[in-house]
Amino acid sequence: MLDLSRFSRQLLFQPIGENGQKKIRAKHVLIIGAGALGTASAESLVRAGIGELTIVDRDYVEWSNLQRQLLFSESDAQNRTPKAIAAKSRLSLLNSDVKINAHVMDASVTELEQLIPSVDLIMDATDNFDTRLVINDLSQKHHVPWIYGACVGSYGISFTIIPEETPCLNCLLETVPLGGATCDTVGIISPAVQMVVAYQVAEALKILVDDYDALSGKLVSFDIWKNERVALSVAKVKKETCLSCGPNRSYPYLSYQAQTKTAVLCGRDTVQIRPSINMDRDLDSLSDILAKSFDGKMAKNPYLLSFDTGEHRLVIFKDGRVLIHGTKDITEAKTIYHKYLG
Amino acid sequence: MNLLVNGDKVEVPDSIETMAQLIKYYQLDKKVLIVEHNLTILNKEQHQYSHISDGDKIEIVNFVGGG
Ligand SMILES: [Zn+2]
Repeated sequence: MLDLSRFSRQLLFQPIGENGQKKIRAKHVLIIGAGALGTASAESLVRAGIGELTIVDRDYVEWSNLQRQLLFSESDAQNRTPKAIAAKSRLSLLNSDVKINAHVMDASVTELEQLIPSVDLIMDATDNFDTRLVINDLSQKHHVPWIYGACVGSYGISFTIIPEETPCLNCLLETVPLGGATCDTVGIISPAVQMVVAYQVAEALKILVDDYDALSGKLVSFDIWKNERVALSVAKVKKETCLSCGPNRSYPYLSYQAQTKTAVLCGRDTVQIRPSINMDRDLDSLSDILAKSFDGKMAKNPYLLSFDTGEHRLVIFKDGRVLIHGTKDITEAKTIYHKYLG
Repeated sequence: MNLLVNGDKVEVPDSIETMAQLIKYYQLDKKVLIVEHNLTILNKEQHQYSHISDGDKIEIVNFVGGG
């Protein structure tokens, strides 16, 4: 018999109660990304008493993570411990009844296709739209709900996607956002992270206890510094023609063409990353954003922009391609790519 | 012209006539957005035809990717 005493305050909360607690205990949640959003979500869900948690991340802990990423300590940064592993060891101390699976890997189609069919809910904690659109297609394909969450600066956004009910992310986005501001170019403050996580975890608990009527149904965004909050009813944005969730769906982001292509350039200590869609990068806006962090370490001509992070040099071409000099490791290169280019 | 943008009363230049111009004024024209104009969600093509007048209620959500 499971001891429920540690959950007493959650049991007193009427929409959960003992019945809800048992449901939570029977559920398996997948968190994709163990950065600021992922660690905070993981901590809340593990403390709330889920049965099983799978957490995926390709990166390791750095000093600049400690300002906002819960679960990590100075020794993790010192040792460059993989985030999924560091998260797991801390989480096990918070609630040892939860089965925790940590995967240090890049979450691309093949890996996620293996994990998603066996989970009840997916929490988005990634830092890029490539992965989110893959999650979105797999959520529709395997009928698993997912909760979009993202933040930058003092701004955050969240939306809960229930297959066959709500619009999907592909319905909401008219084009794929590219080269926008990221946490590594315009910064991020911890309360913006916590606010997104609060929305995501509240929605997660509703799903885990099967209280679907309580879901917000709204696209929520806020700026916690400018004191703004928006909640839009987007039900009407669901598109019959959507290739991810409509009747003639083809799951476009699961196809080989749609995936970001990477190649190690022979003998050059360089990885090339070619984005999934053909595009014309706006090098002027990009250089404006990057100038704040890399003033004086950046060079630009009409065809490309390059800058030096100290450890790596990035060269960004107008046709979308990016060369990352100073690494042969594709996973590391992808991390750097999404860090600066979103 | 006075508008209610994301819940705040704001004054914008009278030269702004369309949603597309307002979005440009806020320097959001290169961002991926969902825009609601007096409780109706617009798609991107409608931005240049959607006429803005005094007292309109506008909500703008910007999709970001960080996490
Ligand atoms: Zn859709």
